[in-house]
Formats: sequence, structure tokens, C-alpha cells
Amino acid sequence: MNATTYDVVIVGAGIVGAACADEFARRGMRVAVVDRDMVGSDATAAGMGHIVVMDDSEAQFALTRYSQQLWQALRRELPQDVEYDQCGTIWVAADEEEMAEVRRKHDYYALRGVPTSVLDSQALQRLEPNLRDGMAGGLLVAEDAVLYPPCAARFLMERAQKLGAQLRLGAPVTQIGEGRVRLSDGVEIAGGMIVNAAGAGAPELTRGVEIKKRKGHLVITDRYPGYLRHQLVELGYLKSAHSVTSDSVAFNVQPRRTGQILIGSSRQYGAEHRDVDQAMLARMLQRAQEYMPGLGRMSAVRTWTGFRAATPDKLPLIGPWPGDKSLFLATGHEGLGITTSLATARILVDQITGVRPEIPIEPYLPSRAVKEVAHA
Amino acid sequence: MMDRNRDSQRRFDVLVIGAGPAGMAAAVRAAERGGRVGIVDDNATCGGQIWRGAEDDHDPDSKAWGSRLRNADITKLLGMRVFHQPEPGVLLAEGTDDVCELRYTNLVVATGARERFLPFPGWTLSNVMGAGGLQVMVKSGLPVRGKRVVVAGTGPLLLAVAAYLRKQGAEIPILCEQASWASLARFGIGLLGRPGKLVQGLQLKKELAEIPFAANSWPIAAHGGQVLESVTISRGGKTEVIACDFLACGFHLVPNVELQSLLGCQIGGGYVQVDEFQQTSVQGVFCAGEPTGIGGVELALVEGQIAGLAAVGEKSAAQKLFGERRKARRFARMLDRAFRLRSELRSLPSAETIVCRCEDVPYSRLQDHRSWRAAKLHSRCGMGPCQGRVCGPATQFLFQWNPDSVRPPVFPARVGSLGRVVRGS
Amino acid sequence: MRDSGSGTVTLSVNGSPVSVPAGATVAVAMAIAGQACRTSVSGEPRGPLCGMGICFECRVSINGTPHCRSCQILCEPGMEVRTDG
Repeated sequence: MNATTYDVVIVGAGIVGAACADEFARRGMRVAVVDRDMVGSDATAAGMGHIVVMDDSEAQFALTRYSQQLWQALRRELPQDVEYDQCGTIWVAADEEEMAEVRRKHDYYALRGVPTSVLDSQALQRLEPNLRDGMAGGLLVAEDAVLYPPCAARFLMERAQKLGAQLRLGAPVTQIGEGRVRLSDGVEIAGGMIVNAAGAGAPELTRGVEIKKRKGHLVITDRYPGYLRHQLVELGYLKSAHSVTSDSVAFNVQPRRTGQILIGSSRQYGAEHRDVDQAMLARMLQRAQEYMPGLGRMSAVRTWTGFRAATPDKLPLIGPWPGDKSLFLATGHEGLGITTSLATARILVDQITGVRPEIPIEPYLPSRAVKEVAHA
Repeated sequence: MMDRNRDSQRRFDVLVIGAGPAGMAAAVRAAERGGRVGIVDDNATCGGQIWRGAEDDHDPDSKAWGSRLRNADITKLLGMRVFHQPEPGVLLAEGTDDVCELRYTNLVVATGARERFLPFPGWTLSNVMGAGGLQVMVKSGLPVRGKRVVVAGTGPLLLAVAAYLRKQGAEIPILCEQASWASLARFGIGLLGRPGKLVQGLQLKKELAEIPFAANSWPIAAHGGQVLESVTISRGGKTEVIACDFLACGFHLVPNVELQSLLGCQIGGGYVQVDEFQQTSVQGVFCAGEPTGIGGVELALVEGQIAGLAAVGEKSAAQKLFGERRKARRFARMLDRAFRLRSELRSLPSAETIVCRCEDVPYSRLQDHRSWRAAKLHSRCGMGPCQGRVCGPATQFLFQWNPDSVRPPVFPARVGSLGRVVRGS
Repeated sequence: MRDSGSGTVTLSVNGSPVSVPAGATVAVAMAIAGQACRTSVSGEPRGPLCGMGICFECRVSINGTPHCRSCQILCEPGMEVRTDG
């Protein structure tokens, strides 16, 4: 690996790094990818693997929608173990106030060509009989999907490798920049471009990148096929994801292809250790049982935690890093890394190769954050 | 709104986890000094794996300790399984319909051991079971009279199981022990220094006399349609096919250290590290029996007593047992040496042989991974409800993978139990 | 088994009645009935391996509750046990 100078060296073999490797390789560039662990580790291994459109902002919508469509186009090529399943999402409304939000979302998506259906209380019960009685209704987003991220990352990486991309695992990266990536074992890899796709670890490699770890908990059950048909999210999820400072939980469950139920979600700032936090876990599971009481009797087989990479404005960092002509970022995806990985890779490589990106890239440019710092 | 905290809270000065010989001994000795002592086990009765069933009621040790336990002021929480430590000094345990918060000042973890299973072609066929596994089934009512049972694997458990099955009327065409004659001879000679063990052996001798015994022998494959029909074994460099109804196959024992690991106890070489008073690296947490080293009932009983006494501060009483423990530990070391697994066993699985039974992951999907974690994330090996208790030791032997760090629940538990809100004391 | 000869227990295994000695576990009932406890992910019939509740191969559905480890559960009269469930 030492002798070659690559066109691009990607730091991080998670879903974003793998998607970038795949995209760069498909455009004919010589690619190297490095990761201290394995393909699809860290947040990629820990996350829920959902592919969802979100309407928090125009920029978030544009990126998630674009990327969701890229996943849809890719679905037939995905191997079995990626477990791609277009089960759809239902945003669950517990009361009339939340139903108003359902209607607002419906209109928002309708204007933008995303098919959704407003469900009243009965329709919701029919679709998901195991939700507790008394829900006001919900919004069905039928084109949302779930998949199993480590295998998706592996699939993308293998595609890149078939086109000549080189993968080096096992040594942590100590330094990046100015066309070089230095590993802890002394190896230096030269690249015309360096992409920092190191997720929550990105700030360690590029000083000034404003990313904070946002810890999450997850629980997975034994197999209960047919119990849950769609991904379910409470509308309070948005309040949870919005909050910049407090610890929060939100009802979010997902049916896996295996028939297991994946239960989330929680968000914490400032928690640096990986240990399961019983107080958070209990809050999250209590919340889940409030929406789906039947979960309480199910066998929970595993719990784990992970760190999302969160930016101050909740949009990822995709594009050149000011101050180093060789350095680019593809990181800061918070809870939307799986969803937006494909679009991230597309717009990054489009920018670099002079192809007009499908969506405006300004909202995600790293220079937006740096500009703000300069003005402060 | 569900009252999620209606389930019980209990408080103990000494809480013992596991009601096998070590746990029973610890609880009894701790209770002699007064104070609140509790013992928890997921089985319906005490005795663990080794003291199960009517005939064990006549075993003098089982009888004695069972009686002492019954007569002592000890809270027995049976049919409850510990799955989490939500905060120091508190354990969560689950029963069929309830969940319990167990608060303790001192803890004795005596979680015993389980059989080691190694994969080979056909091992997932019905009627292929562990050696201890088949024995438990027969003790629980499975008829084996007139049935042919091949016993295979390694370890003294095979002898006990073969003798027991023979008494229940099974025909044992062969007992295949993978250890070499030399290893077994050394073990046998070593037993001369342990008269109690030798007597035990002689008692077994009658039952074992008519069982063909082969050292340097192991199963190659199990065959059958819906159920087991025959087993191919390797013996003296040759293979033989033996028609049979059951295969009782286990490769010695693996210590149950998951809870101790969750509690932060130092684990070395797969065993819980303890000082001379059986205290782990965590203050107030003691460990006794198989998790500190596979050593059988006698060692478990003396370690349990030391742990129980130390847990209530009776250090000089505990010290009086050190000599007995030293003797019992010699047996443990002999066991370890005699029944080491030979490398040929690594070649038993074929590419299609299932290694992870919960998720049906074959050998071929595992061999290229560098670590347990990578294999788990990419093949699902170890993601099932057994949490790697079966495939973990197997892959450790096959690929030298080290297990992951332990997270709650250390045993599958209901979502409702896992989500219990634990109020501060 | 605690005290054989004191009677039998009759339960339903996959819809058919099975009689077992009192004190027998559900896993034993499945074996006596010649029924697999569960079907594995790849479709293999499976039954108990460890006999002590750690391998999860003996899981059956009892009275509608799935994932019950049958090797640790005593048979009760009238129990409805199903493979997989």
C-alpha cells in the first residue's frame, strides 16, 4: 500500500465510508479505505438501519429523499444478508395535537412527491393491531425501508474492491491531511484526496470539526414473526431528535427480517462510555411498552449502545474542508447515516468530479460551519 | 397504567447466586452466623446440575448439604434467573411471571459450569445431545431401556453418564474418550492420591465393566433422516459406524462466568480470579466452584464454604478449610491436564456443518473472520438467544477467538423485566 | 424424577394427547411423542441439546406462549404444547 498514491484515501469503513468507496471506484478512481476495526463497525453496527425520509428541514428532506430513492434502485442487487425490507414507517399520533402534525407532514410530502397515507384510529389498528388502544392515528410512509447495516456496508465495500479499491483494517489512523493518512503502525498512505468518514471519531482527526457523540441504546428481542409489520415511530421522536442538550427517549420499533423486534430509541449528550445505562434503558423500554404493551412479555436477547455523530445544525458535513485542499468530510450524520449514505457519496463525488449534483449541496458544506466560527 | 413496580424487592446481607454444591455450602456457612442470607437458582430445586434426581438424594454429600440448607434460615428463591446488575449492590432476577430486585451487601456467585459442545457433521440431529444433557432428560423421565446410546467426548462426566444410563437399562455399545491412554493413565495414577475419588471410581466400575471403552477416540459424524440412526467414530486411526438411538456427546465443562464478567470481576484464562478467601477483584463479590476452575463437587463444596464464611467476615474459620481446598485443587489440575482437547477435533466440522445453532451459521461462513465480533456482526453467529453459550466455546476452540465483553441481560429476560425502574435505596 | 409410579400426566402435543410419568419435563413429553421442539432457521427439526436451559434448542410454545424452554418446565395436565408455535 505504501508505494502507490491513491486518488482518494477514505478514513472509515462504516456505511458512509463504504458508500464513498463504492462511488469513487465506480467513477474510475483508485481508492484506498482504512479502518481501525472492520467494515461496518461503530455506529454502522449499532444503529437501527432504517431508511426514512425526514422533513425537519428542506435540506434534510432533500438528502433523505434522494438517498432513499438510491436505495430503492439498489434493492435488487442487495444480497440476502443485507435484509432489505420495504416495510414502511408509520408515524404514530397519540392525540389530536399529533394528528395535526400528521396532516401537516402528509401535505408536506404530497407537495414533494412522496406518497403517504393518513391513517385514522381504526386504520392504524388494522395495520398494527398490537399498538395499544386509543391512538389517534398515524402517517404511513410506504417507501421507507429497513436493512442490516454491517452487511450493507460490506456489500458496498466489496463492490468497490471488485473495481480495485484497497482495504486496510486493524490499525488506527493517527493523522490525516495534506494528501497523507498516517496509521499507528507507521504506515503512510498518500492520496490526492482524503475523505474523513470517521463518524463520531472525525473530530480527533480533523481539528475544528464540530461533532458531538450522541449515545443511543437499543434492545432486540427473540423471533416473533408477524407481531410488527411496519417501523413505528412516535411523533415525539422529532422532539427527541431536536433537543440539543437533554437526554431523551422516544418510541421507535422496527421489525427485522428475522422476525425479531428492534426497540429504540434514546439520545444522550455527554455520555462517553459504552456501558448500558440502566436509567436510560428503563425509560426507553417503559416508553416502548406504553405504545405496545405486548412487548413487555417478549424475550429480550441483547442490548447495546452506540454513538451517533451529531452536528450543531443537525445536517451532515459533506464536502471540502477549508484550509486543506486535499481534505474532504463525509460525516456528522446523527441518526440518518444509513439513510443518507448513498446520497452523501453521490454528492461528494459529484462535487469533486465536476458533475452537477442532483440536490443543492450548500446546506451540507463543511465551510458553512467554519464561516460561522470566523464570524463569532 | 401498569404498576410496573409491584414486583418484589428483597435485601440480603449475603446473596448466593446458584444452588449447586458451591452455592449451597456458601449459603449454609454464611447463615450460621445469622444475618439475612438468600440463595437464587433458576431450577425448581436445589442441587445444581450434579445433584439432580432421586438417586442423588442418597449421595451422602447431597443429603447432608440439602438437609443443612433446608434447616437453615435461608431465603430460597428458586425458579428465578439473574439477568442484570442495574447498579452496584442490586441484581435483577426474573421468574416465570415476576421480576425481583435483590439488594445485597455481599455476593457469592456460584454459577457452575455447562458442557462444551463441538460441532461435527450431523450434530444437530434429534437425539444427539450433551452427555449431561441426555442424563438430565433421562432423570426427567425419558425412557432409555433397551436403547443404544453411544457416549462420546471427553471428561469424567462421560463415565458417570454411561454408568447411570446403563443402570436405567440402556445399552452402551461404546464410550469414546478423545484423551490418550497416556493422559488417562496419568489421571488414574493421580487418583491414587485421592482415595475418595478412587472409591467413587470403583463404585462406577461395576456399571462400567461391561461398557467398551476406547481412548484416542472421537465422533466423526452422526447420521440419520429425521432422527439419529448411527454414528461414525474414529478409533485407533480407523473409522467405525455404530448403529444407535442416542449420542450423548460433550467435551468437558466450560465455566459460567457471564454474570461475574458483567459485575466487573477480573477473568483470567476463562476463569474468575479470586484471592485465598474466594473474593474476586470486586470488593464484596465472592466466587466459588467451577467458575474459578473446573474441579468437581469436593472443590466446589470447600470453596463454597470458604466464600460463605469470608462473606460474613469469618476469616479464621475460612482459613481452617484452606488445607482441604489445596487437596481438592490438585484434582482440579489433574482434570485439566488429562482432558485437554486434541487438535484433530478442529477438523471435525465440514464447510456445511452448522456451528451456531441458534442462527444456523455454517463453518464456511465463519472461517475467514478475524474475531468473534466480526463473525457475529457479519454472519449472525452468536446473535441468538443462547448468547454464544454454545457456539462461543466452540469457536474459541476452532478459531481461537476471544469472547466479547458482556452486556445485560446476561440471560434473555422479558422486555418488561429489563425495563424495570430501579429506585435508589 | 422425584417419585415415579405415582401417576401420569396427560397433555396435548401438537394437538394430540400424550401421557407421561408425573414429574416429567415438557422436553421429555416432546421426545416421547416423537415431536421436534422447534424448527431451526434453515428448517431443521431440533430438540434439546444441553438439558439445562442454556442452548435454547428445546423451545416450544406452551399454552400460546412461544420460546418456552421445555427442558426446565414440568408437564401439567391439560397443557397445550406446540412445536414452534
